[in-house]
Amino acid sequence: MGGRKKTLLGMAALMLLTAPLAAQSWAAEGPGTVELGSLANYYSAVTFDHAMHTGVAASCAECHHHTTGLAPTDPNCARCHKAGDKANSVACKSCHSDKRFSAEDLAKIEGNPQLHHKGKLGLKGAYHQKCLGCHTAMGGPTGCQDCHTRNDKGDAIFHSGKYAPAPGASDGHGGGH
Amino acid sequence: MKKLNRRSFLKGGLAGGAAIAAVGTSKQALAGTHNFGGYPDSMGVLVDLTKCVGCRTCEAACNKEQNLPEPDKSFDDPSVFEERREGGLPRRTTEKAYTVVQKYDVPGREHPLFRKVQCNHCNEPACLTSCFVNAYKKTPEGAVIYDKTVCVGCRTCMVACPFYIPAYSYSSPTNPVIKKCIMCYDTRLKFGRPPACVEACPQEVMTFGKRKDLLKLAHQRISDKPDAYVDHVYGENEVGGTAWMYLSDVPFDKIGYDTHLGTQPIISYVKEFLGMVPMVLTIWPALFTGFHLLSNRKDAAKNEENKS
Repeated sequence: MGGRKKTLLGMAALMLLTAPLAAQSWAAEGPGTVELGSLANYYSAVTFDHAMHTGVAASCAECHHHTTGLAPTDPNCARCHKAGDKANSVACKSCHSDKRFSAEDLAKIEGNPQLHHKGKLGLKGAYHQKCLGCHTAMGGPTGCQDCHTRNDKGDAIFHSGKYAPAPGASDGHGGGH
Repeated sequence: MKKLNRRSFLKGGLAGGAAIAAVGTSKQALAGTHNFGGYPDSMGVLVDLTKCVGCRTCEAACNKEQNLPEPDKSFDDPSVFEERREGGLPRRTTEKAYTVVQKYDVPGREHPLFRKVQCNHCNEPACLTSCFVNAYKKTPEGAVIYDKTVCVGCRTCMVACPFYIPAYSYSSPTNPVIKKCIMCYDTRLKFGRPPACVEACPQEVMTFGKRKDLLKLAHQRISDKPDAYVDHVYGENEVGGTAWMYLSDVPFDKIGYDTHLGTQPIISYVKEFLGMVPMVLTIWPALFTGFHLLSNRKDAAKNEENKS
């Protein structure tokens, strides 16, 4: 009888100990690939290999901060979210606005004097700072078109590709009005 | 009646001069303690140089938004970073480019530092002060705009600007005028939208918001990551404060910023003199005509008497 109780207790303890491990293995079970295209304008959508990146990142928190329930890697974030605060959605766009400097968003920030995350990046900034920051540090690809190819509209605004200025066409006095 | 002779006239002149000097000093004293400081709710942009990757998307967006002429080279051509003008200096703003990105190879820094240059939209702009046709205006939204229809092309603002920003349409032989960034005032800022460069930047190098909020944000960023930044917000106080402000991990004087501009608006160096100009031009003629008439009245009356 007593022996059985001990076994049960031992099993419970074991389960508690392995709980963090279980959480991590859950994270690795995230989506295989994610299509990041909500902001696509001058470039094609990014097909993000989530599975590959979970293998490279030391922790889900590297990209998802505290939202997966893990301790954040940034000590500044850990001041409040030390234990990890699981969010209902872990998608970037759930927290990072896709219209960062719109009058509505600016009014929302101003209307909340208690808000700590006043300088929270917009979606585009969050994507690029996170991806490029890590790629630069880890030697990943850093060219614009390594992740998304520029479309015709993009070539036009960059005056590149078939929209490139003819060589020698301008002598530096092409201004005027 | 007391005769106004040369001596009493000079005495009066001295007293007047002393009064002017007294007004001058009190103005100077005021200037030392009180600046305009900008419109309270004006907008600004905080540029975090540590985030810029030199992609020049801002230049491309500016070119499109402002309907500028075709560039000499594609906006994805990095060779422009190596271009040098007189004095070995990197590219500057021109009539065809209201913003340019410069590259600085900083010894000891792992990657080059990129710096976006455009009008800083001063709280008290020197260009505005210097313009004798009043073409310039500082809007309550924070932009320094100009009316090209009244610009006579004298280029005084180009000399006055401490940041060497206004460019000139040298290509126009008949009506050359000043050309510079207006913070997208006409098409965006006056409708509460951020400038095109800010919105286009993939890295969110630039943060758009009320200037007073951006200052808090800038100092918070420095205190959150003291090792990532030098403890200085360029533009907070320079020349009386600018709408565009900068954070950097490299001392600003190493990356082309003038750190000897002082914290006084350029106008404070000239306002005493400029304040005297209308007085000299309007009060002095009337005053001295009065003196002249007074001193001659007796003679004139005598002449009349002699005639009659």
